[in-house]
Amino acid sequence: MMLKIVDIIPLFVVIPLGAAFLISILGKYIKHASDVMVFISSTLLLGFSIYSRISLGHIEGKALVYKVGGWVPPFGIAMVLDGLSSFMLVTVNLIAFFVMIYSLNYMERYTDKPKFFTLFSLMVCGMNGMVLTGDIFNMFVFLEIASIASYALVGFGTEAEELEASFKYAVMGSVASSFILLGIAFLYGFTSTLNMADMARILSYKQNMYIINFVSVLFLMGFGLKAALVPFHAWLPDAHPSAPASISAMLSGVLIKTLGIYGLVRVFFNIIGSTKEYLSILMFLGAVSMLVAVVLALSQWDLKRLLAYHSISQIGYIALGIGLGTPLGIFGGLFHLFNHSIFKSLLFLNSGAIDYTLGTRDLRETGGIAKVMPVTSRTNLVASMSIAGIPPFNGFFSKAIIIIACVEAGYFWYALCAVIGSILTLASFMKVQKFTFLGTLKERFIGVREVPLGMRFSMVSLAFICIIGGLLVIPHFRFFIGDAMHVILKGTGYASVVLEASR
Amino acid sequence: MVLYFLCLVLFCIGLYGVLRKRNIVKIIIGLGIIEYAVNLFFVLLGYRFYGRAPLHAVDQKILNMVDPLPQAIVLTSIVIGLGITALLIAIAIRIYERYGTFDITKIKRLKG
Amino acid sequence: MINNPKSGMTLIVKTITRLTVGLILLFGIYIILHGHLSPGGGFAGGVIVALSFVHIMLAFGKDVAMSKISIGLASNLESIGALMFLVVALMGFLGGAFFMNILAKGRPFELFSAGTIPLSNISIGIKVGVGLFAIFMALVILEGTKK
Repeated sequence: MMLKIVDIIPLFVVIPLGAAFLISILGKYIKHASDVMVFISSTLLLGFSIYSRISLGHIEGKALVYKVGGWVPPFGIAMVLDGLSSFMLVTVNLIAFFVMIYSLNYMERYTDKPKFFTLFSLMVCGMNGMVLTGDIFNMFVFLEIASIASYALVGFGTEAEELEASFKYAVMGSVASSFILLGIAFLYGFTSTLNMADMARILSYKQNMYIINFVSVLFLMGFGLKAALVPFHAWLPDAHPSAPASISAMLSGVLIKTLGIYGLVRVFFNIIGSTKEYLSILMFLGAVSMLVAVVLALSQWDLKRLLAYHSISQIGYIALGIGLGTPLGIFGGLFHLFNHSIFKSLLFLNSGAIDYTLGTRDLRETGGIAKVMPVTSRTNLVASMSIAGIPPFNGFFSKAIIIIACVEAGYFWYALCAVIGSILTLASFMKVQKFTFLGTLKERFIGVREVPLGMRFSMVSLAFICIIGGLLVIPHFRFFIGDAMHVILKGTGYASVVLEASR
Repeated sequence: MVLYFLCLVLFCIGLYGVLRKRNIVKIIIGLGIIEYAVNLFFVLLGYRFYGRAPLHAVDQKILNMVDPLPQAIVLTSIVIGLGITALLIAIAIRIYERYGTFDITKIKRLKG
Repeated sequence: MINNPKSGMTLIVKTITRLTVGLILLFGIYIILHGHLSPGGGFAGGVIVALSFVHIMLAFGKDVAMSKISIGLASNLESIGALMFLVVALMGFLGGAFFMNILAKGRPFELFSAGTIPLSNISIGIKVGVGLFAIFMALVILEGTKK
């Protein structure tokens, strides 16, 4: 029984939402019910997202529109599945699946597994809804669902420092969401519609758009804080280390990309229409993020804090690639988005494994665990080589494409910044390798063993995807990122595609 | 026109509260003021001249109404604000248990 | 209700609360049920229902309120409200689209009209009402364990 692909679209939101509330009731009474339900929901979501990506076809410029409630847009809310949405869906659900399998073992150390999986499913529901919707206020509601779930998850083990980090993150995230809502209010007042395609169509007619500059700055501040670009990055080095390791992987791997980069791309390219000034600001912020964050990361002794600073730096690469505006640059940016989710999640899961066995995250305390934890050390080596950009791992291809695109477009200084950032990243990960895995084991750690099966399975699978990730450049598989790139390049032509598909 | 400007002034007052106050509860109140200001701005956008409330009744002829869409949106936004405030207050109470103070200049263990 | 002079407020407050708490609950249910006819609906009515429980807790003390609805029951009811909402939305699949209004819509301005809208209002009303009271109780219990 093959369902029509259009009917599956609401299921991406319904399945995690239903799973969250079912886990919240049944998890208290039946043992292991929460594990089974979240496993079923994650597997279904992964299967549906891969199925939707394959059956969307290789035709560029096609979008599937689902009218919620039968109401024709612009009177009703529409859910739109186009190249960019299906690319983000596959990324989010893939990482969520592996993190879920890891959490089945890792969260035994914390207090309350059913509550954890409820919040986790709500976060996945928010992210899925945000990439699938075609209505700008609906996007804000799903953004808030995902954000509030992540504020609660950061402070999950309720130690003093985790609560402090969660409070800082919550206040800054709420102020950013208020900026986004203010921007949506101005756009609604100017165009009197909330549907994204309709708004793009109306904005291309109207003259005298002084208000668009103000709205663009508001959206840049709001989404920039969610994406952790450099003037707005201050919450990330506190929030990501304090979360449990699987949530750090989710936050750093998919949340800052879905809420931040996807929101920016949708609003700036498809609705408002990009001009040279906005893109140059985005490129500048990206380049500054790259350098500032990697310099700050060199002096860290806490493993997860070092990885958090590297997240900010790699988001700078993605912003630089997307801000270029040329097809090669946007391809590089999106490819780096996918690659970074894979290897950064793998790095955080490794740090969680180290924390699970040794009980400490300080680089001065660990050392010499390469012999006792072979799986962790080998996957960490793969991920470190990926993030530093060593061929033939996937990080090399995406960074090379971004640097080539910079040189091709004539921005030599930005390309130089990217190369310097890459060299400093390599330096800092050599430090991690030396202090964590080489050297001699301290006496109190003798007798530790490798982590349980679920954690090992997730880490090995992600390392495998790191190794074969470079294959996405060959023309047979290029449609995966190529369709997303064409949606961004089409700009406000998105409006005509969606409006015609929704008739 | 002056009303819209006053809404933005209210937003700035809330933002001052979030940025400069030292007590955690005052920061939460400042965040609440920010949310009020944005919701008020959104509702005021729907005003039409000589409009009445957008309700239907059995035996009335409607000539012109204010825009009902912002009112539905603001209802959703108020609920979101309620959720955030509840979460922040729960975190603030637990911070008081761990640190013993509500002063943010003393809650500074994460540095660097 | 327990007439314990040590917990809760004074005798005057307790007597008046006994009279008014039922009226507040009834008013909240009225606003939930008439959500499709007059302003209000699920969320506003749910908040008023939650306030009636909070009124009992403020006037009589935490133990009486917890004996009416314990925190486990409140948490379960909240999830059941959310699941009811999801079931109402999924019923629309039978009619063609997600969230479609498929029940019979009677004549306008009557109580039993407008399809699935009153059912959505009732599920949201249950969820918000019990949920807000559960938040309030969780904060009060947190305060209690601190001492």
